Amino acid sequence: MDLKGKRVLVIGERDGVNAPAIEACVKSAGAEVLYAETLCFV
Amino acid sequence: MRYPVITGVANVLAHAPGLVRHGSKPLRDLAGDPGLAGAITAHLRSYDAAVGYAPNQAYIGNRDPEALRALPRPWFNALDQGASADGAFGDFIGEAELLGLLKLCDRARLVQVDPATLGAARAGLNRRGLVSVAEMDGLVPGSDDAIVKPIGSGDAIPLWLDGRVAGSIARGHEQDEALTANVLLENLAAKSTGVLALRRLLRQVEHRLGPDDIEFVIAGSEEAVGDRYQRGGGNLAKAIAEAGGLGRATGFDVKSFCASTLYGVFNAAAMIQAGIFSRVVVVAGGSLAKLGMKYRAHVAKEMPILEDVLAGIAILVERGTDAEPCIRLDTLGLHTVATGSSQQAVVEALVMSPLAKAGYRLRDVDRYATEMHNPEVTEPAGSGDVPTGNYRLIAALGAMRGEIARDAIPAFITAHGMPGYAPTQGHIASAVCYLAHALRAMRSGKMKRALFMAKGSLFLGRMTDAADGVSFLLEA
Repeated sequence: MDLKGKRVLVIGERDGVNAPAIEACVKSAGAEVLYAETLCFV
Repeated sequence: MRYPVITGVANVLAHAPGLVRHGSKPLRDLAGDPGLAGAITAHLRSYDAAVGYAPNQAYIGNRDPEALRALPRPWFNALDQGASADGAFGDFIGEAELLGLLKLCDRARLVQVDPATLGAARAGLNRRGLVSVAEMDGLVPGSDDAIVKPIGSGDAIPLWLDGRVAGSIARGHEQDEALTANVLLENLAAKSTGVLALRRLLRQVEHRLGPDDIEFVIAGSEEAVGDRYQRGGGNLAKAIAEAGGLGRATGFDVKSFCASTLYGVFNAAAMIQAGIFSRVVVVAGGSLAKLGMKYRAHVAKEMPILEDVLAGIAILVERGTDAEPCIRLDTLGLHTVATGSSQQAVVEALVMSPLAKAGYRLRDVDRYATEMHNPEVTEPAGSGDVPTGNYRLIAALGAMRGEIARDAIPAFITAHGMPGYAPTQGHIASAVCYLAHALRAMRSGKMKRALFMAKGSLFLGRMTDAADGVSFLLEA
């Protein structure tokens, strides 16, 4: 998937991959992060 | 140097199917669709089914958590017919007893309970030796009018028992959103189950200690007790100490989401190590807000709503003796601001750092107590097996460091981990639920050391993006 120039909504999981980690990845691929939140399911 | 020791732990449960509809998720959903009440009620478990549920038996000490591996899933279909509500670590009380306990712990006279329920509560709690006859006889039952009228006028909410209204709890103020009936029920549920755990702990040690020997209480419950000017002002610890008869103690609450109770343990140990106190109790009551949190998935999969119990825990920390397992204060693992949020960094901070401080390698620790949430609760909702996920991370980091061969990861998890068994009451599921088991295993010489690690999801409060965590080694 080419993320360059894309706008991204990030939903991370505390016990999986959290939002800051996803945000760092998609930013490095050239995307713009509009919203990022980590959820906790327990 | 001898560090402070853990000398007693009580793990208690209270069956609360009638309170499930007051849990945060069911309450919100019912407000939008009152018709859901039928589906919720149809999927609630009986007391006997909850007592016979193997993970609950593990929590109150009648089974070792490790033994759950041998049981076929789903565990809710493999009930232990001979299961006892009298656990090695604490009691599993029924809902009538819980309502009586709410009444007993209600200092503001907001709770009404009908005569039949109060009678059943008196009989049950007296039998367990957790309340005195005089205490229960001092409680005035509520009349039908006193229970029903305020519900009808919107000044109170119902307390259900076996599908009928058996009581009510009124709001504490006409305007204060921190004192609504729902908020006060949450707070009182935490207080009451904390009191249950504290009283059970006192019974465990009554041969050598009395209530006046406890000098300080730290509460790690999740609730924010307060009023509109101080919503999280506290102090549940002192309220629990009062109801537990600890006349010479005071206390305070600690907060860090699910890491709170484990923070409480190391703070208790630090107070003792500093020479301020000799005996500190760490206590936590159950989280009503989390009842029925994943009920939608359980109903959709035609399984019982498993989040139907409130858990409580009380831990006695004392000045060190050679006879008891000590809290290695020199091995604290802390999730600092600079740690960051990557899973690798978190495991480095909470597992590798304490081991490095002690000079141990991963296999030197007999058991890792992480977040021991029961997977049978979380998996149907797509939340996975939380403890196994944690163990995989620890083992994977061990593989990266060359301590564990890649193909030995499953064997490491089996040997040093365990299945999740705790109710999804975060501050109790997060490691502290295993303290009683570790204490028993270390006293019998079956275990030398265990690592306890808890994580707190601070980001949920919107004040930071950071998580939190704390860990320490318990060593015989």
